[in-house]
Amino acid sequence: MDFELSEEQRLLKESVQRLLADRYGFEARQRYMAEPEGWSRQVWRQYAELGLLGLPFEEKYGGFGGGPVETMIVMEAFGRALALEPLFATVILGGGLIRLGGSAAQQQALLPKIADGSLLLAFGHVERQSRFDLFDVATTAKKDGAGYVLDGAKSVVLHGDTADKLIVSARVAGARRDKSGVGLFLVDAKANGMSRRGYPTVDGLRAAEIQLSNVRVGADGVIGEAGNALPLIERAVDIAIAALSAEAVGAMAAMHELTVEYLKTRKQFGVPIGAFQVLQHRAVDMFVALEQARSMAYFATMMAEETNAIERRKAISAAKVQIGRSVKLVGQQAIQLHGGIGMTMEYKVGHYFKRATMIDTLYGDADHHLAELARLGGLVSRA
Amino acid sequence: MDLRFTPEENAFRQDVRAFLKGALPEAIRKKMVEGRSLSKDDIVTWQRILNQKGWAVPHWAKEWGGTGWTPVQQHIYQEEREMLPAPDPLPFGVNMVGPVIIAFGSEAQKKRFLPRIANIDDWWAQGFSEPGSGSDLASLKTSAKREGDHYIVNGQKTWTTLAQYANWIFCLVRTDPAAKKQEGISFLLIDMKSKGITVRPIQTIDGGREVNEVFFDDVRVPVENLVGQENKGWDYAKFLLGNERTGIARVGISKERVRRLKELAALERVGDKPLIEDPAFRAKIAAIEVELKALEMTLLRVVADERSRKSNRPNPASSILKIKGSEIQQSITELALEIVGPYALPYERDDRGLLRNEPSDGPEWAAPIAPTYFNYRKVSIYGGSNEIQKNIIAKAVLGL
Ligand SMILES: Cc1cc2nc3c(=O)[nH]c(=O)nc-3n(C[C@H](O)[C@H](O)[C@H](O)COP(=O)(O)OP(=O)(O)OC[C@H]3O[C@@H](n4cnc5c(N)ncnc54)[C@H](O)[C@@H]3O)c2cc1C
Repeated sequence: MDFELSEEQRLLKESVQRLLADRYGFEARQRYMAEPEGWSRQVWRQYAELGLLGLPFEEKYGGFGGGPVETMIVMEAFGRALALEPLFATVILGGGLIRLGGSAAQQQALLPKIADGSLLLAFGHVERQSRFDLFDVATTAKKDGAGYVLDGAKSVVLHGDTADKLIVSARVAGARRDKSGVGLFLVDAKANGMSRRGYPTVDGLRAAEIQLSNVRVGADGVIGEAGNALPLIERAVDIAIAALSAEAVGAMAAMHELTVEYLKTRKQFGVPIGAFQVLQHRAVDMFVALEQARSMAYFATMMAEETNAIERRKAISAAKVQIGRSVKLVGQQAIQLHGGIGMTMEYKVGHYFKRATMIDTLYGDADHHLAELARLGGLVSRA
Repeated sequence: MDLRFTPEENAFRQDVRAFLKGALPEAIRKKMVEGRSLSKDDIVTWQRILNQKGWAVPHWAKEWGGTGWTPVQQHIYQEEREMLPAPDPLPFGVNMVGPVIIAFGSEAQKKRFLPRIANIDDWWAQGFSEPGSGSDLASLKTSAKREGDHYIVNGQKTWTTLAQYANWIFCLVRTDPAAKKQEGISFLLIDMKSKGITVRPIQTIDGGREVNEVFFDDVRVPVENLVGQENKGWDYAKFLLGNERTGIARVGISKERVRRLKELAALERVGDKPLIEDPAFRAKIAAIEVELKALEMTLLRVVADERSRKSNRPNPASSILKIKGSEIQQSITELALEIVGPYALPYERDDRGLLRNEPSDGPEWAAPIAPTYFNYRKVSIYGGSNEIQKNIIAKAVLGL
């Protein structure tokens, strides 16, 4: 067992951190947010140059063959920088589905373009009624010659407004909450019958509502097995949750550092407020919550590509529970210990608080995953 | 010991409820239920309706418009108002500066300001906090130098709630820089239209515009706007802060919000069932209800005690009200966030800073949920942070 990064991983970490430190000051971030797409195309190109956009892909597709640890390194840095670009939507989610479930032809056609920064993807899966249940899909895919015709609507599609192509889940058979019968389809954003409405999210990122009416997809647009895509979706989402956990750790670490620094510099009653023992203990509580979350983000990373799906799901749920609880404590206390200044848009800590809070609601909140973990029997076996 | 309300008190509650229900404009009630921000107009409209009825300032001395209600009646009135839910009369006027003027102001000040406060003809802001003086309020630096018939005020206030609407602000200012810090402070009433005042908005993390910085640059304030005696302002500030002993518990508001939680949890479905039918989620709401009932009983003990208490010292239990009241309000916003699930994310504001929810296909009630959760972190910070409240209890109640 070794928690040390390898030489290459260390280099990756340093170069990502350097790039983000350079490009992601607080004012720069505000500027990117104000751009029409809500993020920076220029910074996106730099991610591509650095190899971040092809990180998890095989070398023959222009990637770096990185695993979950490399993803964790990048996502933690993104969490610290509060980066706005659609790396999660395009590389982790979209790229993940293609990498894990796409045909050789799809991989050949798409992965190199993701890696070089010329193709943006989004994953249209959540629906108005589905909440956190990955199998709950009402959108339909009807067989039409060799291809399919899609009808339905997708909600809160992360970066769905700027994606060039969307990977959309739809039901080829069965009832809305059946575990079988779900398919995945690659749809061009400009396809006939597609419409989308983009909007900002409360954490400063972007999402979209997607309508599909009579959208035709050819046989080459079917990803994986048309009637049995749920295992693929679960795999990709589990990897995505591990990535989000790392992002949350980055955001929490930054909040904790800002808070400790503030305790040392803010003076009231003639002393730095960090002299008050109650605040010291609170900063320690934050630290404990942060480190427990970091440990569980490692656990999620370790288990993200586990082949036993049940073990993998349990590990990921356990991690998401810890992340959800930690972001609540760290985020709330970061604001509290800053007093009024923590409540303002002009100061960084509140932006971390919002992003970390929203990570809890993505792909299942702490309650959802606690119930899942309990249903699957927990982590310690009785035998 | 008789823990029940008397028949008279119950009848009073019915009367209050009937009036408030009939009088509150539906558009305002709807915004309150949905947790959307109120406009200046909404607040003014409602307070004037109450004032018309003679109920804007029930706790004031009778000669200035008070109703002469007992503490229990006042409690009932506030609870009914909150549960409706109806807006509060503007606290900076009716709960803060009004009582200070009644207790320490000159006759001229009373005549000039009190009727206008009750009818919200003036919009008052509270100018206490400064960038360097939050919890340690007595360290404030904004100075007022006497020059003939005027004070010349220089300095900066911050976190000033709704100062963008205010035409008056009451300020703590330093009039004697040489004295011990609590002893050189005065309480000044300042016309916001005076030359040399600048208001700069501060946007809060939810995107709202409710606080401001207020800058004073050689602002001339007539000496007749000094409340009470020079350098006694700290006493008046303590009176002001300790004045609202029971209102801060917000029990009525929290009851209404728990009701709303249940309503929303019944609308939102998890799988094939409404969320409210999930036993784990129901238990979470029930846990809040237990805390809230305990707070309500504590509040009633304090209220009942106000009636019999001779001395002006607050009941030690009253210190609990702010801490528990704010924690409960915050935990309700947390549960709302859990109910809304993925629809916490969409964010949209119209040009007036009010929330709308056009862009997402989520439930129409979703938009204010996450911003409210973020915004409500304030309730354990302002009005004396919860850490400061605990310091006070440790010292004043426990003698530590
Ligand atoms: C939304 C909002 C509206 C407000 N409206 C108004 C208004 O209208 N008018 C007005 O005058 N003010 C207003 N305030 C200001 C508010 O009263 C102050 O924010 C509050 O007093 C805390 O001061 P501070 O922000 O400077 O934090 P600080 O005093 O710097 O406190 C930072 C942290 O240190 C803790 N701390 C400080 N001292 C101690 C101690 N001795 N022991 C333990 N912990 C300690 C605090 O609890 C807090 O967690 C408002 C604030 C907010 C957030």
